[in-house]
Amino acid sequence: MAKTAKNGKRKIVINPVTRVEGHGKVTIVMDENNNVEQARFHIIEFRGFERFVQGRFYWEAPVMVQRLCGICPVSHHLAGAKATDMIVGVDKIPVTAEKMRRLMHYGQTYQSHALHFFHLASPDLLFGFDAPVEKRNVIGVIEAHPEVAKKAVLMRKFGQEVIKATGGKKVHPTGAIPGGINKNLSLEERDALKKDADTMVEWAVEALELCKKITKGNLEFLLNFGSFESNHVSIVREDGCMDLYDGKLRAIDAQGKKIFDMIEPLEYADYLGEEVRPWSYMKFPHIRSLGKEKGWYRVGPLSRVNCCDFIDTELAEKARQEFMALTNGKPVHASMAYHWARVIELLHAAEKIRELLDDPDLQGTELVAQGTKREKGVAWIEAPRGTLFHHYEINTETDQITLANLIVSTTSNNEPMNRAVQVIADQHLKGKGESEITEGLLNHIEVGIRAYDPCLSCATHALGKMRLHVELVDAAGHLLDEKFRG
Amino acid sequence: MSKNTVNIIIDGVEIEAQEGQTILQAADDAGVYIPRLCYLKGLIPGGHCRVCTVKVNGRPASSCTFPVSEGLVIENDTEELTTLRRTVVEMLFAEGNHVCPACEASGNCELQAMAYRLGMLAVTLPFLRKPRELDATHPDVFIDRDRCILCGRCARASEAEGKRVFGFEGRGINKRIAVDGEHGLKETDLKAADRAARACPTGCLRLKRIGWKVPVGQRQYDTTPIGSDIEQKQPVG
Ligand code: SF4
Ligand code: SF4
Ligand code: FES
Repeated sequence: MAKTAKNGKRKIVINPVTRVEGHGKVTIVMDENNNVEQARFHIIEFRGFERFVQGRFYWEAPVMVQRLCGICPVSHHLAGAKATDMIVGVDKIPVTAEKMRRLMHYGQTYQSHALHFFHLASPDLLFGFDAPVEKRNVIGVIEAHPEVAKKAVLMRKFGQEVIKATGGKKVHPTGAIPGGINKNLSLEERDALKKDADTMVEWAVEALELCKKITKGNLEFLLNFGSFESNHVSIVREDGCMDLYDGKLRAIDAQGKKIFDMIEPLEYADYLGEEVRPWSYMKFPHIRSLGKEKGWYRVGPLSRVNCCDFIDTELAEKARQEFMALTNGKPVHASMAYHWARVIELLHAAEKIRELLDDPDLQGTELVAQGTKREKGVAWIEAPRGTLFHHYEINTETDQITLANLIVSTTSNNEPMNRAVQVIADQHLKGKGESEITEGLLNHIEVGIRAYDPCLSCATHALGKMRLHVELVDAAGHLLDEKFRG
Repeated sequence: MSKNTVNIIIDGVEIEAQEGQTILQAADDAGVYIPRLCYLKGLIPGGHCRVCTVKVNGRPASSCTFPVSEGLVIENDTEELTTLRRTVVEMLFAEGNHVCPACEASGNCELQAMAYRLGMLAVTLPFLRKPRELDATHPDVFIDRDRCILCGRCARASEAEGKRVFGFEGRGINKRIAVDGEHGLKETDLKAADRAARACPTGCLRLKRIGWKVPVGQRQYDTTPIGSDIEQKQPVG
């Protein structure tokens, strides 16, 4: 299972079969001087994605792909639909369709971010990382802050109602179809949502205030915790504005300098490469011009706030400016800053929903556009966890998908999560000569990974207790310690 | 009572039927729903699926092929028959490869609707898990055999149109719906407008590029259970 490499460090080949079901596995490798050499968060969840849809019809993709991943089905649904727009030869879907899809997407973002912030992040932030797991969970939040917990449930429910009104179902919508949408928003549906829209904005503001208060109260520690410099990638609108649903791709470096900008979906493979590594089934995406070693990048709320020039909703823009002031406008690199960025987006989504609900275009009746069939469709979307790419090729005679390639946000964030764990483990073990995985280290790794909100079953456990398997390996390849949680 | 009518009793209720009708047809006319899958109005009954099983004078028989005659005593809506029908439907699910949430027929599918009507909550029988062939060759129609229940409606509809595009092939678990073309449906003279292309009760034989155009929630069986159209009918005569 493991081989010692020439340089004395140990290479570990993990056989996924030996992996504990539902546990996220982390390997920490120490060097000869007992410093943390490397950390790996093994992700095997995304195997076989592409195979699953090959041979199926292109119009099935938006519905089928969301079955592949239970964590953010709406994003897959919409990314799939956008790629099939291109396949049916539609470059611009009707305005009603686009606004319905946007509404669905903001609903998904809102419920996903609310869930993450309240259920998964707030226990860490409210009780401190070293609080016992028994307390540091959503039940603890419910006991200590019942009001907060109640709002969290209602926010989530609101997001789901938005998804249902636009997509037909709360969890697995089917509303987006190639070239458009299959329904508009009825006045009853609109009014039912509208009556809560202001409250949802208010509660998002409260979440932001709470997050800011906690973060500022412990600023130095949080900015330092699991922090490392990196590139960031996200979609932005053509004018540089944050856009979660559509736009062009931008990559910035650690200083905020643009690596590439205004890239079109069809060009994605020219700018991003995907490397296969022997120890993982997962592909490691990287920015081609920087190479495999240096080209890794982060995606998600933090990257989006870093990449965009501004946000087009008032409250979220104010929040963005305050956030960016932390680093005088340079990219923020702290892992824990993901939480703050996430609630800025929570607020942005709430504002967007409110704005859209007032838009009569949602009651329009032109729902689907038509075009001439094409062989290839590529699209992206900013899923709650980061940029999501869908690429399909079809046989235009049979309508079957011949090739599918998906880059999931968590795959982009795999290397960043490795780095975060490495930094955290190093901060924890440094100079202590410890060769033991303490409860504290386990807690800190959990908190660090959680900041990225990976779409893995181990990380989205309803009670917020991350199922982890951490192993510590020395330079000679001996297993020093191993701990399980959950 | 005219000469060519007969009286039958279904679940204790006397019904007037036309001579030459099957029990199922007579029941339909009287607003009594007998569950069925392979029967399609206007086509010769096939008698394949056994979902329409009733008890005639105490003995099981398929109502879609059994002719009426004076004085037949029929049991239809009983616990026993519902259980039997549910088992038959369950077997159809276990034999094929049905993933309703990812199937475009969901909500418009008679098999699924029947499962709901009969109270089938889960498939308890072991799945065969035999992969079946998809025929995507035709420009406008596809056959996804994973969802075929071998009801033969497509074959009978095609025959009625004088085309014979479809037929059965093989036996037992190897039985499959075959087409009159060596390299698939594209070599047959099936047209999208044919009744045969719309006769399928499931998501198996379908027109292409329809998918989810009709929103979930607005599909045929989303709001009313299968059979309600018949049950709402005013009895004839
Ligand atoms: S054909 Fe009917 S029963 Fe089969 S998967 Fe489709 S909806 Fe479900
Ligand atoms: S294709 Fe459809 S209509 Fe034909 S036998 Fe199969 S299920 Fe019946
Ligand atoms: S409907 Fe009578 S046997 Fe199928």
